[in-house]
Amino acid sequence: MPEVATRELTFAQAVREALAEEMRRDSRVCIFGEDVAEAGTPFKVLSGLVEEFGAERVMDTPISEAGFTGMGVGAAMTGLRPVVDIMFGDFLTLTMDQMVNQAAKVHYMSGGTWKVPMVLRTTLGATRRSAAQHSQSLHAWLSHVPGLKVVMPSTPYDAKGLLKTAIRDENPVVFFEDKMMYKLKGPVPEEEYTIPLGVANVKREGEDITIVATSSMVQVALGAAELLEKIGLSAEVIDPRTTWPLDEKTLIESAKKTSRAMVVDEGYGRYGVTGEIASVIAEGAFYNLEAPVKRMGAMHVPIPFSPPLEDVTVPTEQTVFEAARALCAKA
Amino acid sequence: MTIATDQSKTKAEVKTEQWMRMYRRMVMIREFEEQVNELYTRALMPGLAHLYIGEEAVAVGICEALRGDDYITSTHRGHGHCVAKGASPDRMFAELLGKEAGYCRGKGGSMHIADPATGNLGANAIVGGSAGIATGAALSSKRLGTGQVAVCFFGEGALGQGVLYEVMNLAALWKLPVIYVCENNLYTEYTHFSETTAGDILARGTAFGAQAESVDGQDVRAVYATALRLVDRARKGGGPAFLVCETYRYTGHHVGDINREYYRSKQEEFEWKTKRDPIKNFSKWLVEEKISNEGKLKQIQEEVRAEMKAAVEFAIAAPYPTIDQVDQDVYA
Repeated sequence: MPEVATRELTFAQAVREALAEEMRRDSRVCIFGEDVAEAGTPFKVLSGLVEEFGAERVMDTPISEAGFTGMGVGAAMTGLRPVVDIMFGDFLTLTMDQMVNQAAKVHYMSGGTWKVPMVLRTTLGATRRSAAQHSQSLHAWLSHVPGLKVVMPSTPYDAKGLLKTAIRDENPVVFFEDKMMYKLKGPVPEEEYTIPLGVANVKREGEDITIVATSSMVQVALGAAELLEKIGLSAEVIDPRTTWPLDEKTLIESAKKTSRAMVVDEGYGRYGVTGEIASVIAEGAFYNLEAPVKRMGAMHVPIPFSPPLEDVTVPTEQTVFEAARALCAKA
Repeated sequence: MTIATDQSKTKAEVKTEQWMRMYRRMVMIREFEEQVNELYTRALMPGLAHLYIGEEAVAVGICEALRGDDYITSTHRGHGHCVAKGASPDRMFAELLGKEAGYCRGKGGSMHIADPATGNLGANAIVGGSAGIATGAALSSKRLGTGQVAVCFFGEGALGQGVLYEVMNLAALWKLPVIYVCENNLYTEYTHFSETTAGDILARGTAFGAQAESVDGQDVRAVYATALRLVDRARKGGGPAFLVCETYRYTGHHVGDINREYYRSKQEEFEWKTKRDPIKNFSKWLVEEKISNEGKLKQIQEEVRAEMKAAVEFAIAAPYPTIDQVDQDVYA
């Protein structure tokens, strides 16, 4: 990150700035979704965009996720660069045919003749006391599908740079924002920059253990690394930034260096992102590992409403710290 | 339901050349499908084949009302739409056989032919699956001011899919230039539509404020006249239309659906084929109106048959894609 970047933005402001810059740069970029215009979404991420770009480019839709996501596919094929807004990641279930059978396959099925340059922005993340249908992290579902790219920023800086790249990409890109991070502040330079998809970022260098984390779990892992430092353990925290394309090389090289690895992700552990990344590391760094790769994801339960119950379903600084310490104790 | 009756108006306007082009296209579709049936029966064609025989007047009547750069989306029963929009049979057959010369380099097959050059956004094997795509294309047209119209072809089975109603609502709200063409061939796979479809079909269009009309889908002149009006209206900013074309699928749901008596009678099939055949009836009219004669029409049939045979031979002789292409074009 550039030393000169002294300006701080929230995660939400960074997302908004990326959208505004891309909409100024390219008149084909447009946004549609539920309450994206005057309301600026319930999270106020899009506030001010309709005032600058007008209702022609920031369009409120009915509550019809499948319909307007499908329209995003068709609009992308025919000359627009739509950014489709799915308010809660849980509602991705309603878009699955459009994303999985349409968006992801159009380019391949047409022998490379049609393209779908669209972005689907949505949210993930629990602990907002929103219960089972507004708290899931379903990014693994989309990461499973050939033809889609999946982006999971963990900082305001990454959110802006990755979103700008996603909008310029010629493929359907699903962009997951942890709704618990919208108020997170971080340095974002004034000058233009983009971040390529498929390039991991070492958020903290270390020697004793590699913690691969995604989205808000990067912040959790960085907190755990602080705790580990206090007991004399040096953790390297790596953010793949995109689950597909996946920067396998950086993950494997780090695990080889530290000889211990764990993966922290807020999706369900079973058949999830942690399993995939752990297997990449196990296959690539097996002979350098001192211990099995540890996985930490959401508990295999629907997200409960009751705060003390909800809090134990996802990894925290303390649980990541304890798991890392236990892993380092193994010879 | 009202049946459009303004054929006399178009009769005066449409040139002989155009009627003959429509006739040739209908014959092309039928001959194309006969060849597909033959290929399938001879086990030369992998996968599934859903034939459009009997429904030719719908695709040809609608597409004749479109500009070259207008968009269509199609269905699993989509060969007719592709031909009607101007696709070339040799590349279509090549696609059906999984050859590299096919429209999708062999990766799509019968149910996924797409062709940017003719505005074909692709056939879709998810029933109702292209409703969003067609409506999105109409959104692009409106935003970019290109004047293009999008036509979404779907069978009456798609009336069971919620996404269709979501996008019809949006198209009406945003006054998008899209025509939803419901091809009611009476059978949702192996079930009569009356067993799967409650209420009135046309009312589904009027409920959203779309221009909703019904037309005899076996009468290419009626389909064309109606489509011309609805397309013109959409192009001028009048908003979406919902057009129900009453038609009939002569063959089974797919070519393997041979014994059909458990869901429809042979007598019913006979009635449609003898009394309401779109090509026979159009031929009769062309002769009566002295636009053509039986000799000329027969000659066209023979020309088309020869063209289709050559196209099939081209496809059979064409090479398969090389194995290294399997993971190409996953991403652009």
